[in-house]
Amino acid sequence: MSASGLPKTAAVLGPDGLQALIAALAARGMEVIGPVERDGAIVLDRIAGIADLPAGRTDRQEAGSYRLADRDDGALFGYAVGPQSWKRFLHRPVETLFRVRRIGQELAFEPPRETPPRTAFLGVRACELAAIAIQDRVLLGGAYVNTEYAARRAQTFLVAVNCGDPAATCFCTSHDTGPRAHSGYDVALTELLVDGRHEFLAEPGSDSGAALLAYLPTRPATAADWAAAAAVAARAAANMHRRMPSEGLKETLQAHPEHPRWEDVGQRCLACANCTMVCPTCFCTTIEDHSELDGLGAERVRRWDSCFAGDFSYVHGGAVRTQTRSRYRQWMTHKLAHWWDQYGTSGCVGCGRCIAWCPVGIDIAAEAAAFVESSKREEDAHGIA
Amino acid sequence: MTVSPYLPLPYRIIAVRQDTPDTATIDLQPVRAAIPEPAPGQFTMLYMLGVGEAPISVSGVPIEGAPLAQTLRGVGNVSKAIIRLQPGDEIGVRGPYGTTWPVAEADGHDVLFIAGGLGLAPLRPAIRHVLAHRDRYGRVAVLYGARTPADILYRDELVLWRRMLDVQVEVTVDRAQRAWHGAVGVVTELVSRAGFEPDRTLAMVCGPEVMMRFSVQALQGAGLPSERIYVSMERSMKCGTGLCGHCQFGAEFVCKQGAVMRYDRIASIFTVREI
Ligand code: SF4
Ligand code: SF4
Ligand code: FES
Repeated sequence: MSASGLPKTAAVLGPDGLQALIAALAARGMEVIGPVERDGAIVLDRIAGIADLPAGRTDRQEAGSYRLADRDDGALFGYAVGPQSWKRFLHRPVETLFRVRRIGQELAFEPPRETPPRTAFLGVRACELAAIAIQDRVLLGGAYVNTEYAARRAQTFLVAVNCGDPAATCFCTSHDTGPRAHSGYDVALTELLVDGRHEFLAEPGSDSGAALLAYLPTRPATAADWAAAAAVAARAAANMHRRMPSEGLKETLQAHPEHPRWEDVGQRCLACANCTMVCPTCFCTTIEDHSELDGLGAERVRRWDSCFAGDFSYVHGGAVRTQTRSRYRQWMTHKLAHWWDQYGTSGCVGCGRCIAWCPVGIDIAAEAAAFVESSKREEDAHGIA
Repeated sequence: MTVSPYLPLPYRIIAVRQDTPDTATIDLQPVRAAIPEPAPGQFTMLYMLGVGEAPISVSGVPIEGAPLAQTLRGVGNVSKAIIRLQPGDEIGVRGPYGTTWPVAEADGHDVLFIAGGLGLAPLRPAIRHVLAHRDRYGRVAVLYGARTPADILYRDELVLWRRMLDVQVEVTVDRAQRAWHGAVGVVTELVSRAGFEPDRTLAMVCGPEVMMRFSVQALQGAGLPSERIYVSMERSMKCGTGLCGHCQFGAEFVCKQGAVMRYDRIASIFTVREI
């Protein structure tokens, strides 16, 4: 940081500079993953250059709905988050852990030996950086680690993009996880569309990020560029109207496992598990045996699981959580309350995916607010301050 | 890449003992490397090729030349398949995981073991430990309830314990034919008969959740404080390592903060349904 508080090495690049950035990452042997439009949604996939990005497109998101629309400014990153998160590349939906073979009576366990490829993520939003930091704690911070996640994470280069146009479902400001990225990236970009110019302010967040920027066609950032970037973040924050209550939320949820509100939401929830699949922090998995045809070998395969699945809590004799309200209680209480005890953070970063992708439009922020409200009312009625 | 915590070690079955019609104890020997020595109360994940894994508590710790012993009731696919195996067959073992029975904290106390059904299996290493260091403990009582006389686990060992003159062993069954002349009724009824001193007793309780609930009630009714009551929780487990999320019980992971848990730490959620 310089005396003015600005990182000295910040630079400004144009669309050609961004193209050069993607090319430079590829030249360093990295697979570059970024946002692309497919089947009516912005998803994450391999990109070769800026032509693959959803230029001039945006997303309109509401509880239970997501659709794309045009925008007239030609922005390359003029949308919020789609159904996929970067979780699918780090904590994969399906992962083979090892193979087992039976040779006579003996068992041979064969762990895979390959190192994952180097990968660059382009367009990581602030809430998603926060989600990755949370998954780092969950999957790497304990006595045992998810070794496959660890290996991929170590090979990942993160190019963040600060949000300029959040969706109506976003509420990162409630969790202080956005709309501007503060840490955890190699390079952070802010898309600047001022006075007919189309540029990006690029801030390095690591040595390798700084080294990459030094290699690109850029110009030094001016005070005007910083002001423009700050205005983008301020506008994004001002446009965010959804709020997750924080005051007393953890305590309220933990103190009221029998609250009637659970039945209320349990009546609406389909237990479809969409919310857990799209959530960038949900980490639950199961492990299965995939037998080989000769019956002498198997692969141990880990796949995403969901606390909404009927057999998730199965112990012999039956599931512990048979009712949908018990499962919704598990998901929401874990995410917003127990997570604090377990990992010292909320399990929600305010990305809004679970709200948009819930087929019946259940809104976790609204549910939390209703919960806090009605518990408060109840306590008032009972004369408890 | 570091080794996955999910990778088991091959173990050879050296003996299979049918304890009851649906329950067997297997003795296991490492083929090469062994897992770290389990402490009383810990469990392992046992892997059966082509079927999968199940969390199984250790019922005999491998000390002084004894093999690792694990007792399985044939209720799930994995346990059913494993108890059908023969000596010489190999399975995968990883662990040990979880917390331990408070045999150290119980030092200087009277110790009350309350077991229901298969719950005697995870308690056995703790009972053996206490009896092997008999002089460190005050009165020792083992209260055990089984469904029927045919479901009584470790008969020979119960007889052996009862023959020791300074251990109280009480066995009750839920229902019995004429051939049984012992107690009939739930294990909680034995609690009052045990006649312990609440201010110097520590209780370790293991069995089905309802049985533990009633046992805890009986113990508290007799004046035992919650912080000297330990229970062993059961939840779905896929990893044993705090990574899969399945075993959550309130804010606790049963595979990390359990299975053995001090009752006062979970009292607020213990009776909540479907938690
Ligand atoms: S709970 Fe919903 S809003 Fe929060 S991080 Fe998960 S998907 Fe995003
Ligand atoms: S809250 Fe919505 S998305 Fe989540 S399981 Fe229920 S119906 Fe599905
Ligand atoms: S068994 Fe997987 S987290 Fe506890």
